[in-house]
Amino acid sequence: MVEWTEFERTTIQDIFSKMNYDVVGQQSLARCLIVYPWTQRYFGNFGNLYNAAAIMGNPMVAAHGRVVLHGLDKAVKNMDNIKAAYAELSVLHSEKLHVDPDNFRLLGDCLTVVVAAQLGAAFTPEVQAAFQKFLAVVISSLQRQYH
Amino acid sequence: MSLSANDKATVKALWAKISPKAEDVGNEALSRMLYVYPQTKTYFSHWSDLTPGSAPVRKHGKKVIGGIGLAVEKIDDLFAGLLTLSELHAFQLRVDPANFRILSHNILVVLAMLFPDDFTPEANLAMDKFLARVALALSDKYR
Repeated sequence: MVEWTEFERTTIQDIFSKMNYDVVGQQSLARCLIVYPWTQRYFGNFGNLYNAAAIMGNPMVAAHGRVVLHGLDKAVKNMDNIKAAYAELSVLHSEKLHVDPDNFRLLGDCLTVVVAAQLGAAFTPEVQAAFQKFLAVVISSLQRQYH
Repeated sequence: MSLSANDKATVKALWAKISPKAEDVGNEALSRMLYVYPQTKTYFSHWSDLTPGSAPVRKHGKKVIGGIGLAVEKIDDLFAGLLTLSELHAFQLRVDPANFRILSHNILVVLAMLFPDDFTPEANLAMDKFLARVALALSDKYR
């Protein structure tokens, strides 16, 4: 079981309660597709992903970014058992979507960058540590059912 | 993943923008590396104070960011340009190269934090590639 300090719990709840899911979701996924272009392999039916401008303006990317970010809600609401909460999503990503788990880390890094840009100075080292720990637990849980 | 002419231009333009705050970037990035990835503290057991923003951290952050600035100048031939630094890291410091990726990540986070409007996805891409090349050049003499 993951041990969370009071600070970590509060920080995670705070970040997500104030987050604009539409903006952060779109920006994180778009940034991932731009900075790590091989991640585009999972989105063959998204239409125009030919350059950064196209990716930033692509409505399917925006919509899917929102879906992915709301997927994190499950973890925010179940911090004491993220592993169990993500069992089904893990099977989905492994058996149906066939996503290489290394991509979770790449998207996680882009999400961290976007949140850092949003929070500015409020993204202190302590907040960054809590956020990255949270993402690490989510990523580990998402990988759990792979075999 | 080699640097295109566009990547180099993007890195140089971004660096010109952030240069005035280079010391802050160095301090913030190093502080975060030590705090968020505590295993990196093992290389600095000789320092009196490893907390974010402490005097030794600030001083060293300045040195490290100076090294990155040098890399920007030598962007057209990183392996030759960073030869001395590579030898330093290989034979004296012996920093496990996995840590270069960790520091690079923290540099990117700090750039996003301090320059949200300039650190566009394109700038992110170019800097990520550039820092990866710097890491490669720094580890060139390791074995």
